[in-house]
Amino acid sequence: MLLNIKNLHVSIGGKEILKGLNLGVNEGEVHAIMGPNGTGKSTLAAAITGREGYEITEGEIWYKGKNIVGMSPEDRANEGIFLSFQYPVEIPGVSIQNFMRTAVNSKREYQGLPPMSTMEFMKMMKEKQAMVEITEKLQNRFVNVGYSGGEKKKNEIFQMAMLEPSLAILDETDSGLDIDALRIVAHGVNQLHSAENAFVVITHYQRLLDYIVPDFVHVMYDGRIVKTGGKTLALELEEKGYEWIKEL
Amino acid sequence: MDSNPKNNIISEVTNKDYEYGFVTDIETDFVPKGLNEDIIRLISKKKEEPEWLLEFRLKAFRHWQTLKQPNWAHLDLPEIDYQDIIYYAAPRKRQQKQSLDEVDPELLATFDKLGISLDEQKKLSGVAVDAVMDSTSVKTTFQETLSKHGVIFMSFSEAVKQHPDLVRKYLGKVVPYTDNFFAALNSSVFSDGSFCYIPKGVRCPLELSTYFRINAANTGQFERTLIVADEGAYVSYMEGCTAPQRDENQLHAAIVEIIAETDAEVKYSTVQNWYPGDKEGKGGVYNLVTKRGLCRGDRSKISWTQVETGSAITWKYPGCVLMGDHSVGEFYSVAVTNNYQQADTGTKMIHLGKNTRSTIISKGISAGHSQNGYRGLVRVAAKAENARNYSQCDSLLLGDKCGAHTWPYVECGNESSILEHEATTSKISEDQLFYCQQRGIPTEKAIGLIVNGYAKDVLNKLPMEFAVEAQKLLSITLEGSVG
Ligand SMILES: Nc1ncnc2c1ncn2[C@@H]1O[C@H](COP(=O)(O)OP(=O)(O)OP(=O)(O)O)[C@@H](O)[C@H]1O
Ligand SMILES: [Mg+2]
Repeated sequence: MLLNIKNLHVSIGGKEILKGLNLGVNEGEVHAIMGPNGTGKSTLAAAITGREGYEITEGEIWYKGKNIVGMSPEDRANEGIFLSFQYPVEIPGVSIQNFMRTAVNSKREYQGLPPMSTMEFMKMMKEKQAMVEITEKLQNRFVNVGYSGGEKKKNEIFQMAMLEPSLAILDETDSGLDIDALRIVAHGVNQLHSAENAFVVITHYQRLLDYIVPDFVHVMYDGRIVKTGGKTLALELEEKGYEWIKEL
Repeated sequence: MDSNPKNNIISEVTNKDYEYGFVTDIETDFVPKGLNEDIIRLISKKKEEPEWLLEFRLKAFRHWQTLKQPNWAHLDLPEIDYQDIIYYAAPRKRQQKQSLDEVDPELLATFDKLGISLDEQKKLSGVAVDAVMDSTSVKTTFQETLSKHGVIFMSFSEAVKQHPDLVRKYLGKVVPYTDNFFAALNSSVFSDGSFCYIPKGVRCPLELSTYFRINAANTGQFERTLIVADEGAYVSYMEGCTAPQRDENQLHAAIVEIIAETDAEVKYSTVQNWYPGDKEGKGGVYNLVTKRGLCRGDRSKISWTQVETGSAITWKYPGCVLMGDHSVGEFYSVAVTNNYQQADTGTKMIHLGKNTRSTIISKGISAGHSQNGYRGLVRVAAKAENARNYSQCDSLLLGDKCGAHTWPYVECGNESSILEHEATTSKISEDQLFYCQQRGIPTEKAIGLIVNGYAKDVLNKLPMEFAVEAQKLLSITLEGSVG
């Protein structure tokens, strides 16, 4: 199993948000996580990626055969965990090209490889940009600065393509996207998807799942996964809303 | 340990050692410790100076004796014992007569180690270097190429001998010895520095640069730089500096004077990396300098770009006196302080001529227990019709034990002027840090990246080879500032 979360309890500032969550993800799978606002979906993403301030009070997160609780966020990233942020952050003055180059070479350093040559890097940038249909030159664009909501999300998928993760968590990557952008993002994900990697897709809308077809759909409520099903569960939720979930 | 996770991230800074802290073992010629008229006469004699220059020094010294060390800056500057300092130290020449061009290999090796090659053959880029160790100039490269264009670039002492009239004409005209306490001190005991003169209509074919190195212990460094761009001339000048790592503080009190005549332009860039002291704030250089440019002619332009990462204490306000009509002054600054460093730095823009313009962009970055202040003055004289100033002062804080301060002063004597001022203070955000870390970038690299991005507007103004150096330096200075 690629990711195996056992009885995870997470508190923020002393307040318990995740209350005994279990989730298993195998290589090659796509999992969708749905659920009402404020039930802890982004908190789960933060806990998996090792964000400071998210205190794990109980439980384990097993990834590639290691319990990664306590591992630094950058090491987790370099072990192949990627998060497409719900709210991508602006970094003024830092070009996307420089940012990606630093990221790619940090990973290579972690793996004991020499830095990538400029030529090779430029070639890779071009390829991956094409994948998500970003045509502009990125050496002069600062990370997320002046981007529309949709552009920011496309940029996240571009970064994912550059870093080729084993486990990608997409936190509401579909919100704010127009139909064309949604298709582009989904296409990017599907191209990257292989038998060796897995995707955890957090979303509020069935629409995305028409393009990225999940093997499992989980419903989160009050810090736990309360229901798991196939992709038809998403349709059912779309139809009935979340009220009935709360009674489970 | 700090219980707030945010503070944890921002408290493990500052472990990188100063890279240039070594000492060169070379025989040095000193004058006795202390300061009096005899010492000044001795320095002047060692440098074989003309009588008028000795007179200049003595006048300055007599004036200095009437002054008190200033204490208006936001600095914890201790009373300095001026009798406990050696005012002149020069690497001793080897016994056997060498060819004029030959430099002691030990000195060449020292500058090599600092990344400054004095071998013209090895130097590919278009930069001429004047290398100054303690009180004397070691070597100035590319003199021949420059003289073909009529450009004079040599050590100050050499210029006094070869071009006494030029030196006498301009010395002390922008920064008179009466300007302030440290200017008076420098004027009495200044040792070496660089002199540049770009004749009418000449665009200097090389970047000129001076590299200052303090080596000897218990010595002050008091260099003097004078740059003159005659009508329609252009020059880009760069200054760099380092000092060995020592437990006691060392005094550096320099003067830089720039004059731009009609239609002339001078770009002055500094990367200041004097030894900043250790993590506990022990040792380090007191950098107390007076730098000023005079845009004397119409349409002349002077720009200052500085990256300040070193020194225990920095007291420095490079300014422009905009005398000519349509003249332009610019000040771009990045000042980084870490550990127990203190900086009180900024600029003065004095608008005297009509339609004069000035731009000020200051980026302060504070980490550790440091104090970082911007102090700026924009003065518009009554006759300065249509003067314009734009000032932007940003402060970035890393952690919560450091301080950032801004003191912008405006004195506006003409109603037609337009003065704009913007200021921001921000903290490096935890969101930005996590975003970088999530992409696999370790914390320290992430901070370097974010800080360099923050300072980008200023770094872009530096000459190419300096910019790369400065970027590295910014990251190194902040290494260990976060963990
Ligand atoms: N830094 C924080 N400090 C305090 N409370 C927090 C913090 N982050 C999240 N919470 C709280 O934790 C709960 C879960 O938040 P989370 O962002 O994980 O929800 P979500 O399921 O992603 O919601 P949405 O669908 O709106 O994105 C919410 O009640 C939220 O207010
Ligand atoms: Mg969320």
